[in-house]
Amino acid sequence: MTTQVPAIEGWFTVDDDGTAALTGSRCAKCGTFAFPAAKKYCGNPDCDSQEFDVVALSRTGKIWSYTDARYQPPPPYVPADPYVPFCLVAVELAAEKLVVMGQVVSGVTVDDLTVGDEVELVVDTLYSDDDQDFLVWKWKPVAGAASAPGSKEA
Amino acid sequence: MSDDRRIAVLGAGMHPWGKWGRPFVEYGMAAVSDALSDAGLTWRDIEFVSGADTIRNGYPGFVAGATFAQALGWTGARVSSCYAACASGAAAIGNARAQILAGLCDVALVVGADTTPKGFFAPVGGGDRKDDPDWLRFHLMGATNPTYFALYARRRMDRFGATEEDFAQVKVKNARHGVANPYARYRGEVTVDEVLASPMVADPLRLLEICATSDGGAALVLTSMDFARRHAGGAEPLVTINAVSTVTPSFPNTVIEMPNFSTDSAIAFPADAVDGRGFRPSITASAYAEAGIGPEDVDLAEVYDLSAALELDWYEDIGLCGEGEAEKLLRDGATALGGKVPVNPSGGLSCFGEAIPAQAIAQVCESVWQLRGAATGHQVEGARVAITANQGLFGHGSSVLLAR
Repeated sequence: MTTQVPAIEGWFTVDDDGTAALTGSRCAKCGTFAFPAAKKYCGNPDCDSQEFDVVALSRTGKIWSYTDARYQPPPPYVPADPYVPFCLVAVELAAEKLVVMGQVVSGVTVDDLTVGDEVELVVDTLYSDDDQDFLVWKWKPVAGAASAPGSKEA
Repeated sequence: MSDDRRIAVLGAGMHPWGKWGRPFVEYGMAAVSDALSDAGLTWRDIEFVSGADTIRNGYPGFVAGATFAQALGWTGARVSSCYAACASGAAAIGNARAQILAGLCDVALVVGADTTPKGFFAPVGGGDRKDDPDWLRFHLMGATNPTYFALYARRRMDRFGATEEDFAQVKVKNARHGVANPYARYRGEVTVDEVLASPMVADPLRLLEICATSDGGAALVLTSMDFARRHAGGAEPLVTINAVSTVTPSFPNTVIEMPNFSTDSAIAFPADAVDGRGFRPSITASAYAEAGIGPEDVDLAEVYDLSAALELDWYEDIGLCGEGEAEKLLRDGATALGGKVPVNPSGGLSCFGEAIPAQAIAQVCESVWQLRGAATGHQVEGARVAITANQGLFGHGSSVLLAR
């Protein structure tokens, strides 16, 4: 039986009902967010805090920009065999005032994406071996958004 | 103490870029030999050796300044080695300049060379490195360098109406520039149709719009102004370095950068304190401020066209035009040879590909030849001021301002 494990520890959470969130930090002194979470030092040069709250980042955001990977990336990426191209997005999180990247769920092409579209965070399989699925965060177009898959006219 | 903080470039040398597959030391030594003879000096005259490292050929020590000092024969010269990713060459120039301006030496040699693997740049070395963002972005996202360039390109299309044809026209221009450059790897003209027919790599960027990885080597002989006046004797225009910028970004950097997963958060700053333009404009702003001149004084620029679209970003970032005006500048021919301010008269990375530790030095070599009027076949007529601009992974700025 295949078990599911995160491809990296402590970068995201997923509830029993499948609700996913990125795990970031918020500086206890100046409020600056960071992803991945800051543990020791605040990136704000005017802040000397070393205390951070672990926080779930906004689960939705707007596409800042997007692209795709038509050619198989080199290791340490672990590609599907045969390789299947995927999209990447950079997503603006309004509450945190930062932009965060991630892959887009499979089945979405660049034709389905537009700058400014809303996307939501999900957790999905990055790659698998014989025993385990390795999970990672991905972004998924929000149903009903202007150019969600299937909504664009041919 | 004089407030003249210029230094002189007495010698410039390069080994042609290509995919030669030979040890990088050979390319660097060829470049050093040319730079020394260009300067009318010998290896014994060098008091300080400043090497630009790459990690592609193994551990940094192997590609350090000392590697070249040993190949040339130990002389007891002072030596330094530095790594700043794509900005390594400018950092090495900065180190040499600091020694000269501090009066610790009169004559310095700067050298960088690289032998590159085929295909995408990827993290060097094996094993799981889960505290290394560069390793992690490949592992967790498959985010190669071109995907980051593509994010910027798509932004231009969305914000400013850039078209795929604009990007192709940058490539066409640079290919034309490189035809007469003996150091360029690719020396053939291309058409817009050929560019647009090349395979999509990272939408909207196509294969012919993305910089290749190349072998190459470049070297400079830098001296104090006093030494240059004594030695050179006014035989040809004396080219000086008037500013070197090796700045980091400023927090909060709100533009996503390799190899990061996110930008800085701007939450702790009022909205009007964040210009949203990211790192690149600050790199040349620092050089202009140091030299006491502005973009209006520049006759040519060598910028880091890692992608054809990124060259358009640089037009704005180095102050040739306002935000959103780069496409017009390109379409008007202002940045082509014969235009108001030619950009990448060498052919740029488009014609060279990237030999990381040599590339920022090569930008300066080209600028030197342009300012001397010696860039046969791709000369910017009457050029007096040149600027180079480049950005290294992890937050390394690179800009050199030269004049005659």
